[in-house]
Amino acid sequence: MDLSTVLSLGQTALELGLICALTVLALFLSYSMLNVCDLSTDGCFTLGATVGAVVALAGHPLLSIPAAMAAGICSGFVTALLQTRMGVDSLLAGIIVNTALYSINIAVMGGSSLLNMNKTDTVFTMMKDLLSGTPLAGQYKLVVALIAVAAVVAILVLFLNTRLGLSIRATGDNPDMVRASSINTVFTTTVGLCVANAFTGLSGCLLAQSQKSAEINIGTGMVTIALASLLIGRTILGKGSILRRAVGVVLGSFVFRLVYTIALRFNMPAFMLKLVSSVIVIAAISGPYLKRRWPMIRRRLAHGSGRAVKGGR
Amino acid sequence: MLKLSHISKTFNPGTVNEKKALTDLSLHLRQGDFVTIIGSNGAGKSTLFNAVAGSFFTDAGSIELGGRDITFQPEFKRARVIGRLFQDPMRGSAPGMTIEENLALAAGSGGWFSHMTKRDRERFRDRLALLEMGLEDRMRQPVGLLSGGQRQALTLLMATMVPPQLLLLDEHTAALDPGTAEKVLKITRQIVEENRITTMMVTHNMKQALDLGNRTLMMDSGKIVLDVSGEERAGMTVDDLLERFRAGAGKVLDNDRILLSD
Repeated sequence: MDLSTVLSLGQTALELGLICALTVLALFLSYSMLNVCDLSTDGCFTLGATVGAVVALAGHPLLSIPAAMAAGICSGFVTALLQTRMGVDSLLAGIIVNTALYSINIAVMGGSSLLNMNKTDTVFTMMKDLLSGTPLAGQYKLVVALIAVAAVVAILVLFLNTRLGLSIRATGDNPDMVRASSINTVFTTTVGLCVANAFTGLSGCLLAQSQKSAEINIGTGMVTIALASLLIGRTILGKGSILRRAVGVVLGSFVFRLVYTIALRFNMPAFMLKLVSSVIVIAAISGPYLKRRWPMIRRRLAHGSGRAVKGGR
Repeated sequence: MLKLSHISKTFNPGTVNEKKALTDLSLHLRQGDFVTIIGSNGAGKSTLFNAVAGSFFTDAGSIELGGRDITFQPEFKRARVIGRLFQDPMRGSAPGMTIEENLALAAGSGGWFSHMTKRDRERFRDRLALLEMGLEDRMRQPVGLLSGGQRQALTLLMATMVPPQLLLLDEHTAALDPGTAEKVLKITRQIVEENRITTMMVTHNMKQALDLGNRTLMMDSGKIVLDVSGEERAGMTVDDLLERFRAGAGKVLDNDRILLSD
């Protein structure tokens, strides 16, 4: 592998990592902060992609960004409504919305399952025109992704330190406390999910525009991929301030893509992506659990064979 | 101030597990009252607090606080004027958030999008210094690192950051070691007196029940069986209290925790 290949691999990983980091940041809000596992992420990601593509195809590339985010907010609002006001379990609410979004996404694309944006103006082509002639001309995708990630990290960090943000964090951190406090959990859960899904929608919109097509399966498995990135990020820059953790999350997304790109290079078939992300999530969640349980498991095994081993819970 | 009129609550009505937790209970508290409550196991002390705080709505009766009818007001709205501490010190603060973030949440000043200001931090620091636990120098540490006693003291501070109209203390020192319990109790007394907060406190320590506050209630089977205050209470001993309970409830007090405590 020569240097230019390595660089180009790194660049692809960085672009994809940054664009998908927006979804990871969304899960950082809903999963890490609000303690809600939002399974509508896949559908919402695709919704952002389709809505963004349709608006861009209509000749409004800039408008596609707020449109995709607004669509995400609507999706998040419905998920929140189901679990806070209509007695649907939080996981189930996500799955239901995710399923419904499949139909909605096809409808958004006017009945087709693929939209081509080869000759369409997108935020990426706009940036490309803007940067032509400058040294950054070749890096237009990276620039767009960087701006988006920087903006979302800044907004998220500022938001999580406002009174509303603190309330959202407390809702996920100690539900017992919040139930007996003046925080309205219906409100905090709704706002949290709306904001998170706005980021997910933005992420989908940008990915579709960067690869110049939106298709119905663009978001499939996104929630697991994002969770894997989130958990990698937590391992890299685990504890500390919100800013540090948010940066860790972005790093996690990049590392995940880097490992994946390298694996592809070593002839791992592309379809293995989702298996790999699942294994990472399992390892990150089960690892600490099994580590805790291990002394007890060892003791039980030894008990059967008549040897005494101490320890374990 | 607080007016409970004929409130009742039955859990699991119509089943074999039916439990009348409160039966036709009425109570009137004056502004600045500090009421201590004792009672046998399952007498309805915590249920009474849950009813006042709005953890559930009562089956019958009405609740008035500060002249406003709050019978059907949801818990989170009542929490703006009612502070509450539980026996479990882990229940009152968010472990993953820092001390100052917890306090900012409790202070609740400013709008939804307001940030913690330098002045807020100074105010928090001054308040924390009152606890004499050194927490004022650990404001950026997560609350999860604090001991049970420190967390309960912090919770007390949070509950009274904006002085509430009513403070409910549900055996809030029972899970702490004696030394820490003493300290938290001292701080409680100090804050309550300073702000003249109307307070209800459940305790299993009979001596404490008579020492603290200006009025003592004893509960049994969802009713108030004894209500003493003023001069009558001033000269009372623990034995007098037990005797009066027997007369009021028609049976001996059977709270294992009370009997085991000195």
